[in-house]
Amino acid sequence: MVLAIEVKQVCKHFGTVCALADVDLEVQTGEFFALLGPNGAGKTTLISIIAGLSQASSGSVKVMGHDVITQYQDARRILGVVPQELVFDPFFTVREALVIQSGYYGISNNDLWIDEVIHHLGLADQANTNMRALSGGMKRRVLVAQALVHKPPVIILDEPTAGVDVELRQTLWDFIKQLNQYGHTIVLTTHYLDEAEALCNRVAMLKQGKIIALDSMQNLVGNAVGHSIRLKLSPDLLPSDLKEILVRYHEGFHILKIDNYAQIESVLATLRKKSIQVLDMQILQLDLEEVFVNKMRSSGIEPK
Amino acid sequence: MTGFFTLLNKELLRFWKVGLQTILAPIVSTLLYLLIFFHMLEAHAEVYPDVVYPVFLIPGLIMMAVIQNAFANSSSSLIQSKISGNIVFVLLSPLSYLEIFFAYILAAIVRGLLVGAGVYLTTLFFFDIPLQLPLWALLFVIMGSALLGALGVIAGIWAEKFDQLATFQNFIIMPLTFVSGVFYTIHSLPSIWQHVSHFNPFFYMIDGFRYGFFGVSDMSPYFSLVVVATCLIGISVLTIQMLKVGYKLRH
Repeated sequence: MVLAIEVKQVCKHFGTVCALADVDLEVQTGEFFALLGPNGAGKTTLISIIAGLSQASSGSVKVMGHDVITQYQDARRILGVVPQELVFDPFFTVREALVIQSGYYGISNNDLWIDEVIHHLGLADQANTNMRALSGGMKRRVLVAQALVHKPPVIILDEPTAGVDVELRQTLWDFIKQLNQYGHTIVLTTHYLDEAEALCNRVAMLKQGKIIALDSMQNLVGNAVGHSIRLKLSPDLLPSDLKEILVRYHEGFHILKIDNYAQIESVLATLRKKSIQVLDMQILQLDLEEVFVNKMRSSGIEPK
Repeated sequence: MTGFFTLLNKELLRFWKVGLQTILAPIVSTLLYLLIFFHMLEAHAEVYPDVVYPVFLIPGLIMMAVIQNAFANSSSSLIQSKISGNIVFVLLSPLSYLEIFFAYILAAIVRGLLVGAGVYLTTLFFFDIPLQLPLWALLFVIMGSALLGALGVIAGIWAEKFDQLATFQNFIIMPLTFVSGVFYTIHSLPSIWQHVSHFNPFFYMIDGFRYGFFGVSDMSPYFSLVVVATCLIGISVLTIQMLKVGYKLRH
């Protein structure tokens, strides 16, 4: 089967700064794929190269088998991209903007689909409002709608829920999930790891322009060795013996990684020996956020 | 072709929706120029045989308005889209670089022609203006606005801020327009300035356009046609090349 997105040996330099270094990435058709990484990791640069907004210094990118440089028109027809920046054309209403966007893709009679997109994204009441008059959240919805006017088989969303209220996050993801079930390939970047964990079946983690993890969500979370415990201690000091299993310290809790339940006993024994009292303890499945923090830390930088 | 027509239509709507500022305002300011120069220089009598100064002036002023508005249309559209970021809607789409080029140029031509026609029709109420060779006039006005539309695309792509665009406008477009013979025939200039004028492509646009009205001009209209056409082709090739490689648009 043809790959939805195929990134081969892509490098991108801005002057002396290397934004992407030998990135290889394959996204299968029908996948719900997450691209994670701290700010400045190169996520948006990678998306820009796939979308043709930017050109790779070397390497190649194909969308459904179409090279984004030599067959750019075919590649762009297949892609729908929701840009991260909240951009809009102040001259037009929501509906006008969507009709124009359809036209760019060569579609002249798109009213039925435009109505459906407007409905699904909760834009019906604003359809004839000028873009300037919309709130930030509403502008974000229009950006998503504009990316979907041509029913693109591959949809890329660059932090679509940044600064967006809970209601939109819910409506947006319901709609995107539905599109995914209809066979659309979805690639998203997000800072909300719970979203990625709930929605995506595969994840790539990007750090300083390199892919440091690429796996199924199940493996990534599963391999990260089972569980973690959250401990509130008095005095609030972790004995040095336990430092090596510390994942992070968060809001008064030390989060420790454990391989199995039996290890809890040895953790507690160590604390007892140092006369440290346990005020609160929770045992958790290691979630994506912990995996993410671990990966970032083991590769030498703190996530933002 | 739907994509091309959509972009063209969007570019036309963009200035049409603010027509007061993009069409009516330049017509009014051009008429003000005419009013002022008419009163000051009426005494200078004939420029060409049988052509009094204000009538001589009108084609020049029309062409000046056409030039400025054609340039303003493509350049301001592009810089606004770039600065507000909504240029991505065009860049993400499968529109080819040629479709983008022709849509912007045609919109510039239409705006130039609307402003030019507005000035011409208004002055007809006050003056008897001959239009002896309308096809020549039309040819020059279309080529002139296309050339300025293309220059506007170049300036809009090149400029990163509004003041850089203003620099382009104030130091290149305005001087070339004002010393191009809008207000005078170059035969009235000292010979050194006559020679300098011959290197100004805008001079040929205005001189050729004026030929369409009076059937007389400083230069042979065929020569002017060749000069303007050569400039148009050269600038168009450069513009298309910039769009093709994504200069300053696709980083």
